[in-house]
Amino acid sequence: MPVIVRTERGAGVLAAFGLPVGMIAVLMVLLAVGGFDVGASMAALGRGAAGSLSIFASSTLVRATPLILTGLAVSFAFRGGVFNIGADGQLLAGAAAACAVALALGSTVGPLTPVLVILASGAAGLMAAAIPAWLRLRFGVLEVISTIMMNFLSLYAIGYLVRGPLQEPTRVYPQSSTIDVAARLPFLIPGTRLHAGFVIALVLALAMWWYLRFTASGFRVRVIGANPHAASVAGGVNTARGTTGIFLASGALAGCAGGVELSGVTFALYENISPGYGFTAIAVALLAGLNPLGVILSAIFLGGLAAGAASMQREAGVPSVLVSVIEALIILSIIAGRALLARPGRVRGAAR
Amino acid sequence: MIDVIAPFLEATVRTATPLALAALGETITERAGVINVALEGAIIAGCFGALAATTGGVWLGLLGGVTGGLLVGVILATFVVGLRSDQIIAGTALTLGAYGATGTLYRVIFGETGVSLSVPTMGPIVIPGLAGIPVVGRALFAQPLMTYLMLGLVPLVSWWLYRTHSGLALRAIGERPSAALVAGIHVARWRTASILIGSALGGLAGATLVVAQAGTFSEQMSAGRGFIAIAVVALGRWKPHGVLAAALLFGAASALQYRFQSQGAAVPYQIFLALPYALTLLVLAAGAGRGRAPAALARAESSSD
Repeated sequence: MPVIVRTERGAGVLAAFGLPVGMIAVLMVLLAVGGFDVGASMAALGRGAAGSLSIFASSTLVRATPLILTGLAVSFAFRGGVFNIGADGQLLAGAAAACAVALALGSTVGPLTPVLVILASGAAGLMAAAIPAWLRLRFGVLEVISTIMMNFLSLYAIGYLVRGPLQEPTRVYPQSSTIDVAARLPFLIPGTRLHAGFVIALVLALAMWWYLRFTASGFRVRVIGANPHAASVAGGVNTARGTTGIFLASGALAGCAGGVELSGVTFALYENISPGYGFTAIAVALLAGLNPLGVILSAIFLGGLAAGAASMQREAGVPSVLVSVIEALIILSIIAGRALLARPGRVRGAAR
Repeated sequence: MIDVIAPFLEATVRTATPLALAALGETITERAGVINVALEGAIIAGCFGALAATTGGVWLGLLGGVTGGLLVGVILATFVVGLRSDQIIAGTALTLGAYGATGTLYRVIFGETGVSLSVPTMGPIVIPGLAGIPVVGRALFAQPLMTYLMLGLVPLVSWWLYRTHSGLALRAIGERPSAALVAGIHVARWRTASILIGSALGGLAGATLVVAQAGTFSEQMSAGRGFIAIAVVALGRWKPHGVLAAALLFGAASALQYRFQSQGAAVPYQIFLALPYALTLLVLAAGAGRGRAPAALARAESSSD
């Protein structure tokens, strides 16, 4: 199942810079059609996303952080030919594990706590991905179907945890207690909500870029994604093992997103901890042309759009769900553009 | 005991109806080798279409629901069959887009505060005599029209898939499109048809939620039913009768959950909700031999000629 979403370099650059601009234009058209004051709405969007340096850090970059991590998870999976659409469930598993570890540790290990919390979240995401990975490896179960199942299972598991073992002591609200200050990620810039998770995301993006580009193992990942048959026949690559590893790594990255979100933003576990980060991640990954460094930029763009949409709703009455339409249009224009650019030669003649 | 079981069965069938409608459509789509991840989008579009059209009456509401689903289906078919895009990516994008579009339109047209709209609903059609049967009577014979329609569709889809030439052609496409093509089957046309039928039934499922159950619309009221329907198809092993049974199981699990939740029982009710999904994974693992997925399912490179 070769993944065909990777764009040619030229088209990739075009998509990376042309599409965001085009989407802003589309947004303005939609606003005009909807009868909104375009100028006022766009001004509110701009203020909410980047009105000041501190708003940019607190709103846009904070929202971009889980999107970078889930975007990396999806990019890595797609690069290796794995259709992991369970990033949302893996994120939830990561958040749950992070919460459990943070609550158990309290302040006993001091500044080491966030490290253990994030590691636990990565491990939990990996384990949540291990089930569909194993089902694919052993029984050939399509990961599209199994990761959808896992998304539901993770959601119900959290529903149980926040009403059971992890529920706050008064047992009134379906959420966990707030984690100890020692378990929280430090803030990067005083006076903003930007936390160290952003740096973790940047480092992981760089690491993945380096891995895919400069290591033999990273090369194998790319080969498996490009043509699994050639990889195993001509390249001597153990594709089954490779695919499983890619799946697990993707899950670990998505799990980290949950851990970072919990210990950097929410400080407590509840069911709606992810507003669909795992799905927006697909838009992030495709907009980035599956390039890990591109993921940083596209996550900041989509994070900013979400932050701006929130203030657009507050100030100009524009429904913020409109952002989902833009995300969908980004994905659809990329795959449409690909199909039209790379029209397969009509070599086989009139196939019908 | 009976006064507990009868309402439980009634709730089971009620919950299973939209699920089974969407899942029967998804069965047809997947049999042609296409996994419709946009089914969730088709359902929410169906909900909204029903809401928008129901001012003209309940029947127009149903038509509006089908139209909403078809709209999503047409776009998906354009991408999957026309442009040979990856099914999963295109489908996910359409679900995202349908959530956004219906949510935005709802707020723009019907106001931001979400004053809960109330639309006319279809009452149950009580079949005299049969509805009086103890325990199962009301569950089977005092349901809205959509339930009877769904129950009628099961043998119909079964007959089409297994007893007609075109059904055989459809299944051949799902197993090996290249061979089907050589056999003179119009692969692209049938895949398009299968996506449209599946999406239309998804839209009908959405309309059922609005017109026959909730009597109102709320954002994201499809609540993942499109994804559940994909699970239902897998649990039902891609066969109409199995799909009906699986939909009833998912319906029963959610009916049980409400019962336990309302009684404040000590058993964590999430177990009932999670059970069908865990079971689906087990069935997928066990079903390597008989009743497996269509061989060409979700393959991008063979999506058309």
